[in-house]
Amino acid sequence: MEKIKVQVCLGTTCFVMGGANLQELNDIIPRKYGDKVEVVGSNCLGLCSIQWEYSKAPYVKVDDEVVHEATVEKVLEMIDKKLGK
Amino acid sequence: MNNAGQAIHLKKEILVRIIKAFFSDNFEENTRLIPYAMRPKGMEVPYRCCVYKERAIIKDRAIAGLGFPIEEDDETVSLGTYAEKAIKRDELDGRNLTVLQAACKGCSTNRIYVTDLCQGCVARPCQSTCKFGAISIIDGRSVIDDSKCKKCKMCVNACPYNAIVKITVPCEEACPVGAIKKDETGFASINHEECINCGRCISACPFGAVHEKSQIIDILKAMISKKKVIAMIAPSIAGQFPGDIYKLKSAIIKAGFDDVYEVAQGADITANNEAKEFMERMAKVNEKNSEWLSEWANAGGYGESEETKDEEKIQNFMTTSCCAGYNQLVKKHLQEIKPYVSDTGTPLYYTAEIVKKAEPDAITVFISPCVAKRAEGFDNKNVDYVMNYEELGALFVAKKIEILECDGEKYVVEASKQARCFGYSGGVADSVKASLQDESVIKPCIINGLNKDNIKQLKKFAKTGECEGGCNLIEVMCCEGGCIGGNATMNNQKTAKKLIDNLANNSKDIPKI
Repeated sequence: MEKIKVQVCLGTTCFVMGGANLQELNDIIPRKYGDKVEVVGSNCLGLCSIQWEYSKAPYVKVDDEVVHEATVEKVLEMIDKKLGK
Repeated sequence: MNNAGQAIHLKKEILVRIIKAFFSDNFEENTRLIPYAMRPKGMEVPYRCCVYKERAIIKDRAIAGLGFPIEEDDETVSLGTYAEKAIKRDELDGRNLTVLQAACKGCSTNRIYVTDLCQGCVARPCQSTCKFGAISIIDGRSVIDDSKCKKCKMCVNACPYNAIVKITVPCEEACPVGAIKKDETGFASINHEECINCGRCISACPFGAVHEKSQIIDILKAMISKKKVIAMIAPSIAGQFPGDIYKLKSAIIKAGFDDVYEVAQGADITANNEAKEFMERMAKVNEKNSEWLSEWANAGGYGESEETKDEEKIQNFMTTSCCAGYNQLVKKHLQEIKPYVSDTGTPLYYTAEIVKKAEPDAITVFISPCVAKRAEGFDNKNVDYVMNYEELGALFVAKKIEILECDGEKYVVEASKQARCFGYSGGVADSVKASLQDESVIKPCIINGLNKDNIKQLKKFAKTGECEGGCNLIEVMCCEGGCIGGNATMNNQKTAKKLIDNLANNSKDIPKI
Protein backbone atom coordinates (compact mmCIF):
# COMPACT_ATOMS: atom_id res chain seq x y z
CA MET A 1 0.00 0.00 0.00
CA GLU A 2 1.13 3.50 -0.82
CA LYS A 3 2.22 5.64 2.13
CA ILE A 4 -0.07 8.48 3.14
CA LYS A 5 1.70 11.81 3.04
CA VAL A 6 0.79 14.52 5.55
CA GLN A 7 2.11 17.98 4.71
CA VAL A 8 1.95 20.56 7.49
CA CYS A 9 2.20 24.08 6.12
CA LEU A 10 4.95 26.08 7.83
CA GLY A 11 4.16 29.29 5.98
CA THR A 12 3.98 32.43 8.08
CA THR A 13 0.19 32.71 7.87
CA CYS A 14 -0.42 29.12 8.95
CA PHE A 15 2.14 29.40 11.73
CA VAL A 16 0.67 32.62 13.09
CA MET A 17 -2.92 31.43 12.87
CA GLY A 18 -2.20 28.40 15.06
CA GLY A 19 0.06 26.06 13.07
CA ALA A 20 2.54 25.98 15.93
CA ASN A 21 0.19 23.61 17.75
CA LEU A 22 0.46 21.08 14.92
CA GLN A 23 4.07 20.23 15.75
CA GLU A 24 2.68 17.53 18.01
CA LEU A 25 1.83 15.60 14.87
CA ASN A 26 5.54 14.86 14.43
CA ASP A 27 5.38 12.71 17.57
CA ILE A 28 1.85 11.37 17.34
CA ILE A 29 1.79 10.18 13.73
CA PRO A 30 4.80 7.82 13.82
CA ARG A 31 3.62 6.46 17.15
CA LYS A 32 0.08 5.84 15.98
CA TYR A 33 0.56 4.76 12.37
CA GLY A 34 4.16 3.52 12.18
CA ASP A 35 5.45 3.70 8.61
CA LYS A 36 2.00 3.82 6.98
CA VAL A 37 1.91 7.58 7.26
CA GLU A 38 4.67 10.09 6.63
CA VAL A 39 4.54 13.58 8.10
CA VAL A 40 6.58 16.47 6.70
CA GLY A 41 6.73 20.21 7.25
CA SER A 42 6.35 22.19 4.09
CA ASN A 43 7.07 25.72 2.93
CA CYS A 44 3.92 27.74 2.23
CA LEU A 45 1.48 25.50 0.35
CA GLY A 46 -0.15 28.59 -1.15
CA LEU A 47 -3.58 27.69 0.18
CA CYS A 48 -4.02 30.93 2.12
CA SER A 49 -3.67 33.03 -1.02
CA ILE A 50 -6.55 31.38 -2.88
CA GLN A 51 -9.29 34.00 -2.43
CA TRP A 52 -7.23 35.36 0.47
CA GLU A 53 -8.51 32.70 2.86
CA TYR A 54 -6.15 33.39 5.76
CA SER A 55 -8.99 33.03 8.22
CA LYS A 56 -9.18 29.31 7.43
CA ALA A 57 -5.46 28.79 8.22
CA PRO A 58 -3.65 26.72 9.42
CA TYR A 59 -3.75 24.27 6.53
CA VAL A 60 -2.60 20.67 6.34
CA LYS A 61 -2.69 18.43 3.25
CA VAL A 62 -3.34 14.72 3.72
CA ASP A 63 -2.39 13.38 0.26
CA ASP A 64 -4.57 15.59 -1.95
CA GLU A 65 -7.18 16.49 0.63
CA VAL A 66 -6.95 19.85 2.36
CA VAL A 67 -7.72 20.18 6.06
CA HIS A 68 -8.49 23.81 6.89
CA GLU A 69 -8.45 25.37 10.35
CA ALA A 70 -6.40 22.30 11.12
CA THR A 71 -6.12 20.86 14.58
CA VAL A 72 -4.35 17.66 15.62
CA GLU A 73 -7.75 15.93 15.96
CA LYS A 74 -8.97 17.02 12.53
CA VAL A 75 -5.78 15.78 10.85
CA LEU A 76 -5.92 12.40 12.60
CA GLU A 77 -9.57 12.07 11.59
CA MET A 78 -8.65 12.68 7.97
CA ILE A 79 -5.84 10.10 8.11
CA ASP A 80 -8.25 7.54 9.58
CA LYS A 81 -10.72 8.29 6.80
CA LYS A 82 -8.00 7.74 4.20
CA LEU A 83 -6.98 4.50 5.81
CA GLY A 84 -10.62 3.41 5.62
CA LYS A 85 -11.03 3.11 9.36
CA MET B 1 1.40 30.19 25.27
CA ASN B 2 -2.22 31.12 25.12
CA ASN B 3 -4.49 28.15 25.51
CA ALA B 4 -7.68 29.78 24.41
CA GLY B 5 -7.59 27.90 21.06
CA GLN B 6 -10.32 29.26 18.82
CA ALA B 7 -10.69 32.46 20.80
CA ILE B 8 -7.11 33.38 20.03
CA HIS B 9 -7.65 32.53 16.37
CA LEU B 10 -10.54 35.01 16.41
CA LYS B 11 -8.49 37.73 18.08
CA LYS B 12 -5.76 37.35 15.48
CA GLU B 13 -8.18 37.28 12.58
CA ILE B 14 -9.72 40.53 13.80
CA LEU B 15 -6.27 42.14 14.03
CA VAL B 16 -5.47 41.06 10.48
CA ARG B 17 -8.74 42.58 9.28
CA ILE B 18 -8.08 45.85 11.12
CA ILE B 19 -4.63 46.11 9.55
CA LYS B 20 -6.01 45.31 6.11
CA ALA B 21 -8.71 47.93 6.61
CA PHE B 22 -6.05 50.47 7.57
CA PHE B 23 -4.26 49.98 4.27
CA SER B 24 -7.52 49.97 2.26
CA ASP B 25 -9.08 53.00 0.59
CA ASN B 26 -11.68 53.42 3.34
CA PHE B 27 -10.43 52.50 6.81
CA GLU B 28 -13.50 53.59 8.77
CA GLU B 29 -16.07 51.85 6.58
CA ASN B 30 -14.06 48.65 6.18
CA THR B 31 -13.53 48.50 9.93
CA ARG B 32 -17.26 48.95 10.50
CA LEU B 33 -17.87 45.99 8.22
CA ILE B 34 -15.51 43.56 10.03
CA PRO B 35 -18.22 41.82 12.10
CA TYR B 36 -20.40 41.44 8.99
CA ALA B 37 -17.53 40.10 6.91
CA MET B 38 -16.68 37.53 9.58
CA ARG B 39 -20.30 36.56 10.26
CA PRO B 40 -22.22 37.18 7.03
CA LYS B 41 -25.97 36.79 6.81
CA GLY B 42 -27.07 33.19 6.70
CA MET B 43 -23.80 31.82 8.05
CA GLU B 44 -23.93 28.90 10.44
CA VAL B 45 -23.30 30.27 13.94
CA PRO B 46 -20.17 28.72 15.41
CA TYR B 47 -20.22 29.63 19.12
CA ARG B 48 -23.11 31.67 20.42
CA CYS B 49 -26.90 31.84 20.25
CA CYS B 50 -27.25 33.82 17.03
CA VAL B 51 -25.34 35.70 14.39
CA TYR B 52 -26.22 39.06 16.01
CA LYS B 53 -24.54 38.19 19.27
CA GLU B 54 -21.53 36.83 17.40
CA ARG B 55 -21.22 40.14 15.56
CA ALA B 56 -21.62 42.14 18.77
CA ILE B 57 -18.80 40.18 20.37
CA ILE B 58 -16.56 40.57 17.33
CA LYS B 59 -17.24 44.30 17.46
CA ASP B 60 -16.15 44.36 21.12
CA ARG B 61 -12.94 42.50 20.31
CA ALA B 62 -12.28 44.94 17.47
CA ILE B 63 -12.66 47.86 19.90
CA ALA B 64 -9.72 46.43 21.88
CA GLY B 65 -7.84 45.90 18.61
CA LEU B 66 -8.32 49.58 17.85
CA GLY B 67 -6.89 50.39 21.29
CA PHE B 68 -9.99 51.34 23.30
CA PRO B 69 -11.40 49.87 26.52
CA ILE B 70 -14.35 47.57 25.85
CA GLU B 71 -15.94 48.29 29.24
CA GLU B 72 -16.56 51.92 28.29
CA ASP B 73 -18.41 51.13 25.06
CA ASP B 74 -22.08 52.10 25.31
CA GLU B 75 -22.98 50.13 22.15
CA THR B 76 -24.24 53.17 20.26
CA VAL B 77 -20.89 54.09 18.73
CA SER B 78 -20.07 52.33 15.46
CA LEU B 79 -16.76 50.61 14.81
CA GLY B 80 -16.22 53.09 12.00
CA THR B 81 -16.30 55.92 14.55
CA TYR B 82 -13.83 54.05 16.76
CA ALA B 83 -11.54 53.66 13.75
CA GLU B 84 -11.75 57.40 13.12
CA LYS B 85 -10.98 58.14 16.78
CA ALA B 86 -8.02 55.75 16.67
CA ILE B 87 -6.56 57.58 13.67
CA LYS B 88 -6.96 60.96 15.37
CA ARG B 89 -5.57 59.99 18.76
CA ASP B 90 -2.04 61.01 19.63
CA GLU B 91 -1.87 59.79 23.19
CA LEU B 92 -2.33 56.45 24.88
CA ASP B 93 -3.51 55.76 28.39
CA GLY B 94 -1.62 53.45 30.70
CA ARG B 95 -4.27 50.82 31.15
CA ASN B 96 -3.33 47.89 29.03
CA LEU B 97 -5.98 45.29 29.73
CA THR B 98 -9.65 45.34 28.95
CA VAL B 99 -12.35 42.73 29.56
CA LEU B 100 -15.05 41.72 27.10
CA GLN B 101 -17.64 41.29 29.79
CA ALA B 102 -20.30 39.90 27.47
CA ALA B 103 -18.10 36.80 27.19
CA CYS B 104 -18.14 36.30 30.98
CA LYS B 105 -21.76 35.24 30.88
CA GLY B 106 -20.80 31.70 29.97
CA CYS B 107 -18.69 31.30 33.07
CA SER B 108 -20.18 30.32 36.43
CA THR B 109 -19.18 32.24 39.56
CA ASN B 110 -16.61 30.90 41.97
CA ARG B 111 -18.47 28.73 44.51
CA ILE B 112 -18.80 25.37 46.20
CA TYR B 113 -21.54 23.28 44.64
CA VAL B 114 -23.22 20.01 45.60
CA THR B 115 -23.69 17.90 42.47
CA ASP B 116 -26.34 15.25 41.74
CA LEU B 117 -23.87 12.66 42.99
CA CYS B 118 -24.93 13.53 46.56
CA GLN B 119 -26.33 10.29 47.98
CA GLY B 120 -28.07 11.90 50.95
CA CYS B 121 -26.07 9.65 53.27
CA VAL B 122 -26.72 9.14 56.96
CA ALA B 123 -23.28 10.16 58.22
CA ARG B 124 -23.42 13.62 56.59
CA PRO B 125 -19.72 14.39 56.98
CA CYS B 126 -20.15 17.55 54.91
CA GLN B 127 -22.54 19.03 57.41
CA SER B 128 -20.50 18.11 60.47
CA THR B 129 -17.23 19.31 58.97
CA CYS B 130 -18.56 22.75 57.99
CA LYS B 131 -17.48 25.31 60.56
CA PHE B 132 -19.81 27.98 59.25
CA GLY B 133 -23.11 26.15 59.38
CA ALA B 134 -23.53 26.64 55.67
CA ILE B 135 -24.80 23.14 54.87
CA SER B 136 -28.34 22.02 55.53
CA ILE B 137 -30.17 18.91 54.38
CA ILE B 138 -33.20 19.57 52.21
CA ASP B 139 -35.22 16.65 50.77
CA GLY B 140 -32.48 14.25 51.82
CA ARG B 141 -29.74 16.16 49.95
CA SER B 142 -27.03 18.54 51.10
CA VAL B 143 -27.57 22.15 50.12
CA ILE B 144 -25.07 24.96 50.58
CA ASP B 145 -26.14 28.40 51.73
CA ASP B 146 -23.87 30.63 49.64
CA SER B 147 -24.25 33.55 52.04
CA LYS B 148 -22.63 31.52 54.83
CA CYS B 149 -20.10 29.52 52.76
CA LYS B 150 -16.48 30.70 53.06
CA LYS B 151 -15.27 28.41 50.25
CA CYS B 152 -12.86 26.62 52.59
CA LYS B 153 -13.36 23.32 50.74
CA MET B 154 -13.63 21.26 53.95
CA CYS B 155 -16.86 19.66 52.68
CA VAL B 156 -15.29 18.98 49.27
CA ASN B 157 -12.62 16.92 50.99
CA ALA B 158 -15.02 15.31 53.46
CA CYS B 159 -17.55 13.87 51.01
CA PRO B 160 -16.84 10.16 50.47
CA TYR B 161 -18.69 10.26 47.11
CA ASN B 162 -16.73 13.23 45.72
CA ALA B 163 -20.13 14.78 45.22
CA ILE B 164 -19.15 18.32 46.20
CA VAL B 165 -17.03 20.38 43.84
CA LYS B 166 -15.41 23.77 43.79
CA ILE B 167 -16.39 25.67 40.67
CA THR B 168 -13.49 27.93 39.78
CA VAL B 169 -13.30 31.00 37.62
CA PRO B 170 -10.19 30.51 35.46
CA CYS B 171 -9.13 34.17 35.41
CA GLU B 172 -9.46 34.48 39.21
CA GLU B 173 -7.55 31.23 39.68
CA ALA B 174 -4.75 32.34 37.38
CA CYS B 175 -4.20 35.81 38.84
CA PRO B 176 -1.34 35.67 41.37
CA VAL B 177 -2.43 38.86 43.14
CA GLY B 178 -6.24 38.63 43.17
CA ALA B 179 -6.69 41.62 40.87
CA ILE B 180 -9.40 40.16 38.65
CA LYS B 181 -12.79 39.27 40.11
CA LYS B 182 -16.13 38.19 38.82
CA ASP B 183 -18.45 40.47 40.76
CA GLU B 184 -22.11 40.11 41.82
CA THR B 185 -23.26 40.99 38.33
CA GLY B 186 -21.34 38.01 36.99
CA PHE B 187 -18.89 40.12 34.99
CA ALA B 188 -15.16 39.94 35.51
CA SER B 189 -13.42 43.23 36.08
CA ILE B 190 -9.83 44.17 36.68
CA ASN B 191 -8.69 46.29 39.58
CA HIS B 192 -5.98 48.27 37.79
CA GLU B 193 -4.46 49.46 41.08
CA GLU B 194 -3.71 45.87 42.04
CA CYS B 195 -3.04 44.42 38.58
CA ILE B 196 0.60 43.67 37.77
CA ASN B 197 -0.11 43.20 34.06
CA CYS B 198 1.27 39.67 34.04
CA GLY B 199 -1.25 38.56 31.43
CA ARG B 200 -2.11 35.28 33.13
CA CYS B 201 -5.83 36.02 32.86
CA ILE B 202 -5.49 36.48 29.10
CA SER B 203 -4.04 32.99 28.70
CA ALA B 204 -6.38 31.40 31.23
CA CYS B 205 -9.79 32.57 30.01
CA PRO B 206 -11.38 29.88 27.80
CA PHE B 207 -13.73 32.49 26.34
CA GLY B 208 -10.87 34.78 25.35
CA ALA B 209 -12.53 37.60 27.27
CA VAL B 210 -9.42 39.49 28.39
CA HIS B 211 -7.77 41.62 25.72
CA GLU B 212 -4.67 43.73 25.45
CA LYS B 213 -5.49 47.19 24.18
CA SER B 214 -3.59 47.23 20.93
CA GLN B 215 -1.42 50.10 19.72
CA ILE B 216 -1.31 48.69 16.20
CA ILE B 217 -3.09 51.68 14.62
CA ASP B 218 -0.66 54.11 16.24
CA ILE B 219 2.26 52.05 14.93
CA LEU B 220 0.83 51.82 11.39
CA LYS B 221 0.29 55.58 11.49
CA ALA B 222 3.93 56.09 12.43
CA MET B 223 4.97 53.83 9.56
CA ILE B 224 3.20 55.90 6.93
CA SER B 225 4.51 59.15 8.43
CA LYS B 226 7.90 60.52 7.38
CA LYS B 227 9.53 59.42 10.61
CA LYS B 228 11.82 56.44 10.93
CA VAL B 229 10.23 53.56 12.82
CA ILE B 230 12.59 51.20 14.61
CA ALA B 231 11.68 47.77 15.94
CA MET B 232 13.36 46.39 19.06
CA ILE B 233 12.79 42.66 19.30
CA ALA B 234 12.72 40.85 22.65
CA PRO B 235 15.11 37.87 22.96
CA SER B 236 12.30 35.32 23.21
CA ILE B 237 11.17 36.13 19.66
CA ALA B 238 13.84 33.75 18.35
CA GLY B 239 11.52 30.86 19.16
CA GLN B 240 8.29 32.38 17.88
CA PHE B 241 8.32 32.48 14.09
CA PRO B 242 9.40 30.21 11.25
CA GLY B 243 12.99 30.92 10.14
CA ASP B 244 15.81 32.54 12.10
CA ILE B 245 16.14 36.07 13.52
CA TYR B 246 18.03 37.19 10.40
CA LYS B 247 15.17 36.32 8.06
CA LEU B 248 12.87 37.79 10.68
CA LYS B 249 14.75 41.10 10.50
CA SER B 250 14.17 41.26 6.75
CA ALA B 251 10.52 40.34 7.23
CA ILE B 252 10.04 43.07 9.87
CA ILE B 253 11.61 45.65 7.54
CA LYS B 254 9.39 44.44 4.70
CA ALA B 255 6.41 44.90 7.03
CA GLY B 256 7.13 48.62 7.27
CA PHE B 257 9.87 49.18 9.86
CA ASP B 258 13.08 51.02 8.98
CA ASP B 259 15.48 49.09 11.17
CA VAL B 260 15.60 46.30 13.75
CA TYR B 261 17.65 46.03 16.97
CA GLU B 262 17.96 42.99 19.17
CA VAL B 263 16.95 43.74 22.77
CA ALA B 264 19.44 41.00 23.62
CA GLN B 265 22.01 43.72 22.90
CA GLY B 266 20.72 45.48 26.02
CA ALA B 267 20.58 42.15 27.84
CA ASP B 268 24.37 41.95 27.55
CA ILE B 269 24.59 45.28 29.41
CA THR B 270 22.00 44.15 31.97
CA ALA B 271 23.91 40.93 32.69
CA ASN B 272 27.26 42.70 33.04
CA ASN B 273 25.85 45.45 35.25
CA GLU B 274 23.94 43.00 37.36
CA ALA B 275 27.13 40.95 37.84
CA LYS B 276 28.99 44.09 39.01
CA GLU B 277 26.16 45.02 41.32
CA PHE B 278 26.05 41.49 42.69
CA MET B 279 29.75 41.58 43.56
CA GLU B 280 29.38 44.98 45.27
CA ARG B 281 26.39 43.82 47.30
CA MET B 282 28.13 40.62 48.37
CA ALA B 283 31.26 42.54 49.35
CA LYS B 284 29.01 44.64 51.58
CA VAL B 285 27.56 41.48 53.12
CA ASN B 286 31.05 40.23 53.97
CA GLU B 287 32.01 43.59 55.43
CA LYS B 288 28.88 43.75 57.56
CA ASN B 289 29.30 40.16 58.65
CA SER B 290 32.81 40.75 59.94
CA GLU B 291 31.76 44.03 61.57
CA TRP B 292 28.93 42.26 63.30
CA LEU B 293 31.20 39.42 64.34
CA SER B 294 33.78 41.69 65.96
CA GLU B 295 31.07 43.73 67.71
CA TRP B 296 29.57 40.53 68.92
CA ALA B 297 32.95 39.31 70.21
CA ASN B 298 33.66 42.68 71.87
CA ALA B 299 30.31 42.51 73.61
CA GLY B 300 31.37 39.22 75.09
CA GLY B 301 29.69 36.79 72.74
CA TYR B 302 26.30 35.39 73.64
CA GLY B 303 24.50 37.42 76.22
CA GLU B 304 22.09 40.28 75.82
CA SER B 305 20.39 39.82 72.52
CA GLU B 306 19.59 42.85 70.51
CA GLU B 307 16.95 43.10 67.77
CA THR B 308 18.52 43.93 64.45
CA LYS B 309 16.99 47.03 63.00
CA ASP B 310 15.58 46.82 59.49
CA GLU B 311 18.12 49.10 57.84
CA GLU B 312 20.94 47.15 59.43
CA LYS B 313 19.65 43.82 58.26
CA ILE B 314 22.24 41.98 56.23
CA GLN B 315 21.03 41.36 52.73
CA ASN B 316 22.33 37.96 51.82
CA PHE B 317 20.77 37.85 48.37
CA MET B 318 19.88 39.97 45.39
CA THR B 319 17.03 39.45 42.96
CA THR B 320 17.08 40.12 39.23
CA SER B 321 15.12 43.06 37.85
CA CYS B 322 14.41 42.38 34.20
CA CYS B 323 10.92 40.87 34.40
CA ALA B 324 8.33 43.63 34.12
CA GLY B 325 5.64 41.57 35.83
CA TYR B 326 7.91 40.99 38.82
CA ASN B 327 8.86 44.67 38.98
CA GLN B 328 5.20 45.61 39.15
CA LEU B 329 4.60 42.96 41.80
CA VAL B 330 7.36 44.55 43.89
CA LYS B 331 5.92 48.02 43.39
CA LYS B 332 2.33 47.12 44.19
CA HIS B 333 2.43 44.16 46.55
CA LEU B 334 5.93 43.36 47.76
CA GLN B 335 7.55 46.63 48.82
CA GLU B 336 9.58 44.84 51.48
CA ILE B 337 11.72 43.11 48.87
CA LYS B 338 12.54 46.35 47.02
CA PRO B 339 15.96 46.80 48.73
CA TYR B 340 16.96 43.37 47.45
CA VAL B 341 16.00 44.00 43.82
CA SER B 342 18.89 44.84 41.57
CA ASP B 343 19.03 48.51 40.53
CA THR B 344 20.23 47.50 37.08
CA GLY B 345 18.05 48.49 34.13
CA THR B 346 16.15 45.99 32.01
CA PRO B 347 17.44 44.91 28.58
CA LEU B 348 14.69 47.05 27.04
CA TYR B 349 15.83 50.05 29.11
CA TYR B 350 19.38 49.91 27.73
CA THR B 351 18.37 49.04 24.19
CA ALA B 352 15.82 51.85 23.94
CA GLU B 353 18.41 54.29 25.33
CA ILE B 354 20.94 53.23 22.69
CA VAL B 355 18.40 53.50 19.87
CA LYS B 356 17.11 56.93 20.95
CA LYS B 357 20.65 58.21 21.25
CA ALA B 358 21.54 57.01 17.76
CA GLU B 359 18.24 58.11 16.20
CA PRO B 360 16.65 60.82 18.36
CA ASP B 361 13.84 61.50 15.90
CA ALA B 362 12.87 57.91 15.30
CA ILE B 363 9.76 56.22 16.69
CA THR B 364 10.74 53.17 18.74
CA VAL B 365 8.54 50.09 18.91
CA PHE B 366 9.25 47.27 21.32
CA ILE B 367 8.13 43.86 20.07
CA SER B 368 7.04 42.03 23.18
CA PRO B 369 6.03 38.61 24.46
CA CYS B 370 3.65 39.91 27.11
CA VAL B 371 1.43 42.65 28.43
CA ALA B 372 3.74 43.39 31.38
CA LYS B 373 6.38 44.70 29.01
CA ARG B 374 3.66 46.79 27.35
CA ALA B 375 3.27 48.52 30.69
CA GLU B 376 7.05 48.93 31.07
CA GLY B 377 7.20 50.42 27.59
CA PHE B 378 4.47 52.90 28.50
CA ASP B 379 6.48 54.10 31.50
CA ASN B 380 9.74 54.44 29.56
CA LYS B 381 10.07 57.66 27.59
CA ASN B 382 12.47 56.03 25.14
CA VAL B 383 9.86 53.47 24.10
CA ASP B 384 7.12 55.01 21.97
CA TYR B 385 4.97 51.98 21.27
CA VAL B 386 4.71 48.29 22.05
CA MET B 387 3.51 45.56 19.76
CA ASN B 388 3.20 41.94 20.84
CA TYR B 389 4.16 38.81 18.90
CA GLU B 390 0.57 38.10 17.90
CA GLU B 391 0.21 41.59 16.50
CA LEU B 392 3.46 41.29 14.56
CA GLY B 393 2.19 37.94 13.24
CA ALA B 394 -1.08 39.57 12.18
CA LEU B 395 0.90 42.29 10.39
CA PHE B 396 2.84 39.62 8.45
CA VAL B 397 -0.40 37.88 7.51
CA ALA B 398 -2.10 41.11 6.44
CA LYS B 399 0.89 42.10 4.32
CA LYS B 400 1.37 38.57 2.95
CA ILE B 401 4.97 38.38 4.13
CA GLU B 402 6.57 34.95 3.93
CA ILE B 403 9.44 34.92 6.44
CA LEU B 404 11.11 31.84 4.98
CA GLU B 405 11.34 33.56 1.58
CA CYS B 406 13.10 36.64 2.99
CA ASP B 407 16.85 37.07 2.40
CA GLY B 408 18.07 37.56 5.94
CA GLU B 409 20.12 40.42 7.30
CA LYS B 410 22.76 40.68 10.04
CA TYR B 411 22.34 42.97 13.05
CA VAL B 412 24.70 45.89 13.49
CA VAL B 413 25.40 44.68 17.03
CA GLU B 414 25.11 40.94 17.49
CA ALA B 415 24.19 39.89 21.03
CA SER B 416 25.98 37.18 23.00
CA LYS B 417 24.98 33.58 23.45
CA GLN B 418 23.94 34.16 27.07
CA ALA B 419 21.97 37.35 26.38
CA ARG B 420 20.02 35.58 23.67
CA CYS B 421 18.82 33.10 26.31
CA PHE B 422 17.27 35.79 28.54
CA GLY B 423 13.86 34.70 27.32
CA TYR B 424 13.68 31.41 29.16
CA SER B 425 13.75 30.57 32.85
CA GLY B 426 17.31 30.32 34.14
CA GLY B 427 18.76 32.35 31.29
CA VAL B 428 19.22 35.57 33.22
CA ALA B 429 20.96 33.93 36.18
CA ASP B 430 23.23 32.07 33.75
CA SER B 431 24.23 35.31 32.01
CA VAL B 432 25.06 37.03 35.29
CA LYS B 433 27.12 33.99 36.26
CA ALA B 434 28.91 33.87 32.93
CA SER B 435 29.81 37.56 33.31
CA LEU B 436 31.98 36.79 36.34
CA GLN B 437 35.57 35.58 36.42
CA ASP B 438 34.72 33.18 39.21
CA GLU B 439 31.30 31.78 38.36
CA SER B 440 31.15 29.68 41.51
CA VAL B 441 30.35 32.63 43.78
CA ILE B 442 26.80 32.70 42.48
CA LYS B 443 24.31 30.28 43.93
CA PRO B 444 21.14 30.89 41.96
CA CYS B 445 17.58 30.27 43.08
CA ILE B 446 15.16 30.21 40.14
CA ILE B 447 11.57 31.33 40.56
CA ASN B 448 9.94 29.97 37.44
CA GLY B 449 6.50 31.54 37.32
CA LEU B 450 4.99 33.62 40.12
CA ASN B 451 2.14 32.18 42.15
CA LYS B 452 0.56 32.83 45.51
CA ASP B 453 2.92 30.37 47.22
CA ASN B 454 6.23 31.68 45.99
CA ILE B 455 5.11 35.28 46.52
CA LYS B 456 4.69 34.32 50.18
CA GLN B 457 8.14 32.75 50.09
CA LEU B 458 9.68 35.93 48.67
CA LYS B 459 8.03 37.87 51.50
CA LYS B 460 9.71 35.56 53.96
CA PHE B 461 13.11 35.95 52.30
CA ALA B 462 12.75 39.73 52.48
CA LYS B 463 11.88 39.54 56.15
CA THR B 464 14.83 37.37 57.14
CA GLY B 465 17.34 38.74 54.65
CA GLU B 466 18.09 35.20 53.70
CA CYS B 467 17.10 32.99 50.75
CA GLU B 468 16.60 29.28 51.31
CA GLY B 469 19.49 26.90 50.67
CA GLY B 470 22.04 29.70 51.05
CA CYS B 471 21.26 30.99 47.55
CA ASN B 472 22.40 34.51 46.82
CA LEU B 473 20.89 35.36 43.44
CA ILE B 474 17.16 34.98 42.90
CA GLU B 475 16.05 35.06 39.30
CA VAL B 476 12.35 35.86 39.12
CA MET B 477 10.30 35.21 36.03
CA CYS B 478 6.63 36.06 36.29
CA CYS B 479 5.58 33.52 33.63
CA GLU B 480 6.18 29.81 33.86
CA GLY B 481 9.02 28.99 31.49
CA GLY B 482 10.10 32.65 31.36
CA CYS B 483 9.25 34.99 28.49
CA ILE B 484 8.65 32.01 26.16
CA GLY B 485 5.56 31.49 28.35
CA GLY B 486 4.34 35.08 27.90
CA ASN B 487 0.69 35.67 27.11
CA ALA B 488 1.34 36.72 23.50
CA THR B 489 3.66 33.87 22.51
CA MET B 490 2.61 31.52 19.73
CA ASN B 491 4.95 28.56 19.86
CA ASN B 492 5.04 25.73 22.39
CA GLN B 493 7.78 26.16 24.96
CA LYS B 494 9.79 23.07 24.07
CA THR B 495 10.25 24.09 20.44
CA ALA B 496 10.70 27.74 21.35
CA LYS B 497 13.55 26.86 23.70
CA LYS B 498 15.16 24.62 21.10
CA LEU B 499 15.09 27.40 18.51
CA ILE B 500 16.61 29.87 20.97
CA ASP B 501 19.35 27.38 21.84
CA ASN B 502 20.13 26.84 18.14
CA LEU B 503 20.70 30.55 17.76
CA ALA B 504 22.63 30.86 21.04
CA ASN B 505 24.97 28.01 20.18
CA ASN B 506 26.12 29.92 17.12
CA SER B 507 26.76 33.12 19.09
CA LYS B 508 29.84 34.40 20.92
CA ASP B 509 30.19 34.24 24.71
CA ILE B 510 29.26 37.21 26.89
CA PRO B 511 32.25 39.42 27.86
CA LYS B 512 33.43 39.02 31.46
CA ILE B 513 33.45 42.02 33.77
